[in-house]
Amino acid sequence: MILVIIVVAVVLVVGIGWVVVRRRRGRVAIASPRAAMPTVLVTELAERPSLDGPSLAQRLGSSRSVFDRVRSLSSVGALSDEQLDIVEEVLLRSDVGVATTTMILDNLREYGAPDGVANAVRASLLDSLTAERSVTTTAQSGRVPVWLFVGVNGVGKTTTIGKLAKRQIDAGRSVMLAAGDTFRAAAADQLEQWATRTGADIVRASEGADPGSVVHDALGRAAARGVDMVLADTAGRRSNSTNLLDELSKVRRVADREPGQVVETFMVLDATTGQNALSQAREFLAAADVTGIVLTKLDGTARGGIVVAIERDLGIPVKFVGVGEGVEDLIAFEPGAFVDSLLDA
Amino acid sequence: MFDALSERFERLGTSLRSRGRLSDADLDEALGEVRAALLEADVELGVVRAFLDAVRERLSGETLSQSLSPGQQVIKAVHEQLIEVLGGSALKVTYASKPPTVILLAGLQGAGKTTTAAKLAAWFKQQGRQPYLIAADLQRPAAVEQLRVLGSQIGVDVFSEPSRPIDVAKSGLKEATRLGRDVVIIDTAGRLAIDEALMDEVRSISKVTSPHYTFLVIDAVTGQDAVVTARAFHETLALSGIIVTKLDYDARGGAVLSARGVVGRPVVFASTGEKMEDFELFHPDRMASRILGMGDVLSLIEQAEQRMDSDIVAEGAGRMMSGTFTLDDFLAQLNQVRKMGSLGGIMKMMPGVTKEMRSAANNVDEGELNKVEAIIQSMTKRERREPVIIDGSRRTRIARGSGTTVSAVNQLLKQFNEMRKMMRQMSGGAMPAMPGGMGRMANMAAKAQAQRGESLPPGFEALGAGMKAGAPARGGGGKNKKKKGGRVTPPKQR
Repeated sequence: MILVIIVVAVVLVVGIGWVVVRRRRGRVAIASPRAAMPTVLVTELAERPSLDGPSLAQRLGSSRSVFDRVRSLSSVGALSDEQLDIVEEVLLRSDVGVATTTMILDNLREYGAPDGVANAVRASLLDSLTAERSVTTTAQSGRVPVWLFVGVNGVGKTTTIGKLAKRQIDAGRSVMLAAGDTFRAAAADQLEQWATRTGADIVRASEGADPGSVVHDALGRAAARGVDMVLADTAGRRSNSTNLLDELSKVRRVADREPGQVVETFMVLDATTGQNALSQAREFLAAADVTGIVLTKLDGTARGGIVVAIERDLGIPVKFVGVGEGVEDLIAFEPGAFVDSLLDA
Repeated sequence: MFDALSERFERLGTSLRSRGRLSDADLDEALGEVRAALLEADVELGVVRAFLDAVRERLSGETLSQSLSPGQQVIKAVHEQLIEVLGGSALKVTYASKPPTVILLAGLQGAGKTTTAAKLAAWFKQQGRQPYLIAADLQRPAAVEQLRVLGSQIGVDVFSEPSRPIDVAKSGLKEATRLGRDVVIIDTAGRLAIDEALMDEVRSISKVTSPHYTFLVIDAVTGQDAVVTARAFHETLALSGIIVTKLDYDARGGAVLSARGVVGRPVVFASTGEKMEDFELFHPDRMASRILGMGDVLSLIEQAEQRMDSDIVAEGAGRMMSGTFTLDDFLAQLNQVRKMGSLGGIMKMMPGVTKEMRSAANNVDEGELNKVEAIIQSMTKRERREPVIIDGSRRTRIARGSGTTVSAVNQLLKQFNEMRKMMRQMSGGAMPAMPGGMGRMANMAAKAQAQRGESLPPGFEALGAGMKAGAPARGGGGKNKKKKGGRVTPPKQR
């Protein structure tokens, strides 16, 4: 299959090249980069009308306090279409997704809202957030517990590791960090700064090194020094590339081999992520056996509602949430508080 | 990119096409489908509503064209509205009359600002400018280091000093002027829109550097929050445009539609991969076609113009036509393919490429291409000219020489032969009937060219047929030609 793609691409490119050459023969001008270079932007921006500003802005403005209106709805029997619309709007805006929203609306239609709409919605959401949230810090005797961190680019994996290392060290455990992100420029430097800041040990290799070997080294050293646990970073990767996911599976296998034992695999997820998070979680679960989610950047305006669907559909619990830049701003997840914040959108 | 969205639109198109007349109920259902598609693609709710209202208006307002079926009317309206929402036409950069032209990048943490800064610098360099990078992200550990590494990769100098971001920006700008650089790109720390202290900081950076362009860098996987972020940054910085990153992720891309819809600023650049060259001007009209599954041949041609060595390609194309294409030529063309960026990216721009092929192309990495190269390089010159002489023992030798297996060598030879056979048929002048999307590409291109007031370049038939040649080989022979059809059927008359 891969070979076919390559052959197709070659044929395709030759064909395109042919077109290009023909075009050049016809008119030389288009080939010169200067000639093709764009000219005016600023004026164009000024001229361009915005989509349909006022009405949209008004709509958004009204939506901010929309859940206050939900709260004030104290319908007992069937809800009106308008009430359902308000609920739908709040849910969709907090990124819980079409499927979850539809489910909750169906519930409301069927059972009504005897204790008020807000409570009914809250209860429906909490029903989806019932997974076990405990965190494992110990391995079988003689093995070093490993926490592995996975996720797409830019969600805050390295920062999360720094913060969790701090927590563990404060709890009296010795920690070793494995700089398994050997792809992004200066990722290991970033982790090293965290190591210095928190007093953890770190094992790193040069850029482009095999992440598996970094993790392997870290485990060897951790076992030799009797370190209590290893936190292993990995490079951010998009979840639709089989090769990158295979590489991740390999890192996990290495980390799970004697003397190591992977006791937690955290998928770090950015609260601003929308519906794509669900497919991310699905792929990472298959590749690395994810045991929990760390939801970061919850201190912004994003709600991270998609974790409801992830926990309901895939059974992956959220274990930590990041609510600020400070080292202490990574806290244990609490469904009640989370749902309230969703509905406050 | 936008895969999920285009997939739903494609399905919608298929179901609508089969109807003769469209009742109000049909229309409601169709628009309901559009709504769900947009929401699932993370388009912001307010933007979705505005979008649907506009589409409805288009459908009711204008006199319905007699030549279009009702289904085509809906698709046409959606397509036009998509182009409008995405921003009309592509960015045109004006350079400051008194250089340097200053560009400020801002955004949330993890959106990809630092990488974007480097890619943008590389883009300007390619345009014949002398860019200069200022690393004013002193917040994230090692962010400056990251930009330094990327800068050295693309051969662009990076300025930074351990002081305050605003001072870094100021002295960096001075340094750029001294060095006579004509484009300056300032990378700032990621910040939350509600963090007033940091928003003040970026505002003052903007004040002292008075940038000609301020771009918001936003992540394509962002959900409903994209709008809140975009609005907040726009209020603080008066954005001139948006740069979308990580468009190579599966599905979604609603952030693009939403941010543009709310702040009324166009998306100007899109980053579509991890390589430095996976970065391009954003063309709304082409993106709209891509969302609707119509492919994007024009972008592909432009990329080819910029990156490929035309002599080598022309030679290869000539040999292909005359049926004397050798494995040496194949190798030379393969290297041209590599210059085009990732295979996945190329496939995305092709109309009519099935989802399976796209995802397979996504997974072809450098290693696979290296393997093919190694196999060919392990052949003698004569073998490359006359692959027929490669017998069992030669195959074993080649496999050993290239570190692959005999079956890999066999596969390559078989594919190569298939390809040559198709080439010969084509050059014989018999252009096979082309069912399905691949063949339609030629039509698309013709249309696209016509729109620009140009005539179709004569090579295009060959291009369409060329794709055809590769495609059937997928099933091991020309058996499943039909299979390629049906997925993508752009409206016939527009």
